[in-house]
Amino acid sequence: MAGNTTYHYKNPVVRWFDSRLPLVSLVRAQLYDFPTPKNLNYFWTFGGIAAICLVVQLVSGIVLAMHYTPHVDMAFNSVEHIMRDVNYGWFLRYLHANGASFFFIAVYIHIFRGLYYGSYKAPREILWMLGVLILLAMMATAFMGYVLPWGQMSFWGATVITNLFSAIPIVGGTIVEWLWGGFAVGNPTLNRFFSLHYLLPFVIFALVVLHVWALHVPGNNNPTGVEVKSAKDTVPFHPYYTIKDLFAIIVFMIFFLGFVFYAPNMLGHPDNYTPANPLVTPAHIVPEWYFLPFYAILRAIPDKLGGVIAMFASIGVLFILPWLDTSKVRSATFRPLYKQFFWILLLVCVGLTYLGGKPPEGGYVIAARILTAYYFLHFLVILPLLGLFETPKPLPASISESVLKGGSGKPAAAAAQAEKR
Amino acid sequence: MKNLALNTARFVAAGILAVSLSAGAALASEGAAVESQSWTFTGPFGTFDRAQLQRGYKVYKEVCANCHSMKLVKFRNLADPGGPGFTEEQVKVLAAEYEVTDGPNDDGDMFERPAKPYDAFVSPFANDNAARASNGGALPPDFSVIAKARPNGPNYIYALLTGYEEEPPAGVELRDGMNYNHAFTGNQIAMAPPLSEEIVEYTDGSPMTVDQYAHDVVSFLMWAAEPKLEERKRMGLQITIFLLAFAGLLYFTKQKLWSDVDH
Repeated sequence: MAGNTTYHYKNPVVRWFDSRLPLVSLVRAQLYDFPTPKNLNYFWTFGGIAAICLVVQLVSGIVLAMHYTPHVDMAFNSVEHIMRDVNYGWFLRYLHANGASFFFIAVYIHIFRGLYYGSYKAPREILWMLGVLILLAMMATAFMGYVLPWGQMSFWGATVITNLFSAIPIVGGTIVEWLWGGFAVGNPTLNRFFSLHYLLPFVIFALVVLHVWALHVPGNNNPTGVEVKSAKDTVPFHPYYTIKDLFAIIVFMIFFLGFVFYAPNMLGHPDNYTPANPLVTPAHIVPEWYFLPFYAILRAIPDKLGGVIAMFASIGVLFILPWLDTSKVRSATFRPLYKQFFWILLLVCVGLTYLGGKPPEGGYVIAARILTAYYFLHFLVILPLLGLFETPKPLPASISESVLKGGSGKPAAAAAQAEKR
Repeated sequence: MKNLALNTARFVAAGILAVSLSAGAALASEGAAVESQSWTFTGPFGTFDRAQLQRGYKVYKEVCANCHSMKLVKFRNLADPGGPGFTEEQVKVLAAEYEVTDGPNDDGDMFERPAKPYDAFVSPFANDNAARASNGGALPPDFSVIAKARPNGPNYIYALLTGYEEEPPAGVELRDGMNYNHAFTGNQIAMAPPLSEEIVEYTDGSPMTVDQYAHDVVSFLMWAAEPKLEERKRMGLQITIFLLAFAGLLYFTKQKLWSDVDH
């Protein structure tokens, strides 16, 4: 990207090195001087927060792997060995287990920020699609990581989820046996899940590099959704956004470490402190909370294959979202109708999360079906039509203009009212 | 100032979203409601009561350990910081009360020797099948992490220990060898009421009641499941104070930096 440097370095060693490999110039152009819209709000900090979460997971995970034993007879006890005998092992494990949850919290907020401000629209489609791929890779990694402690939920969660592939016509059974490495979830399954759980985070890391690269081509979207028009609209990334992101990261850490130190098992399931037992099925098999909306969609469809398709389609619609939304206006701030539908969608997703944790019976199933139908309706019907029928509010001429009128991304009328006071 | 309020509001909104997401998750895993007891180890500053853990160990050893193993706890852990606070000398004596199988020796034979502090708690049965055979087919679960393996663990175990009723309510037919317990799922439990008045001799003047025994042994089980609880909360406090101060400094640095930008 940053090919030939225009910087002149006083230090001769740096100059010598940079003219052969412009690493210093790359960092300088992309991390220091990178022009960033000056009106980004705190929802824009969650990208950086998610990246920090990935680093926390990588570092804590690499150390945990030094003490963990991926064998069905020893996995559970090796995790307890980490908790009891390894120096600060309890901290590493609780950090890693809660880190998964907080990584998803950061990423979900990051995604909904993108939905609200239309960050997926041209020219950022590839950026958005890479993000969806990161989400998929995260889900695979988290699922396999949850299997490693080899508790009851590990085993039965793995059994339920791998069995989903048996819904594929004709070859389903063969695929499931191939995934298991046997005729049930067992030692070969645990071994390959450990191997893949170690591999996938590095795939995620590579995807994140591409994601950031794709971001740095068009630059950031911003709360107004209006493209950067002049240098007046931007500030250099460093120090303005390094300090703001760092502040947000530390505040996020206070929430995150609050769970690690004061409620480390609140987000986990007590059944996972019982060693895996293929002969005893838990009363309710529930996945980790971050999978609950997808689990609710899976169970809402009465047909097994249909449920699996719907679950994957719920992420698939995100993949093609840039072409489903027909509106040219990005930010929901200037889309009065879309704004309402955005909040409805958010409530529907929270509702699906709640329903995914409930037993699949009675009113819960009916509610899950309605919310699932609405979820797809939002992306496949409402969004395409909204762009055709909605009258957007007038857009500010530039970021600077919207800022001078008061309040980043505030509609002109509200800004005018604020001035009158 | 308006911008500050707006930004703060947005950040708080994000925080609330995060917390409500996690609260939804917690709701999803909550079991049946049991009455909450008062424990010394709850809350951000909670610690274990050493004397209570020592009494709880005695109840575990003399009552529970007749059927329940605790394979992940070692005798040496009884002297660890944040635990029952036995001295290393006391631990040696406590361990030596048990015999463990060791070997093979130079002749290739297994042999018995008194347990050492580095040995794990000795299980009452040789294997799960032997445990089932002695307990009417029911397997007494291992107690190493039992306090974390049940929803609302400590309160649930207390409710179970004190939830026995001599006569089942009218209309309930008890199966053979089962006991009625209103805290247990299905109300029929194979374990006979383990605690009764004065079943364990206390020498520190604590009341020798079922209620006291249950509190003491539950505290001991919580320590066994979470032996680093005190270290965790102490470190949590230090790190939280540091992060709050750091966040404050960062905030004002950020404000100063951005004060020359219209945004």
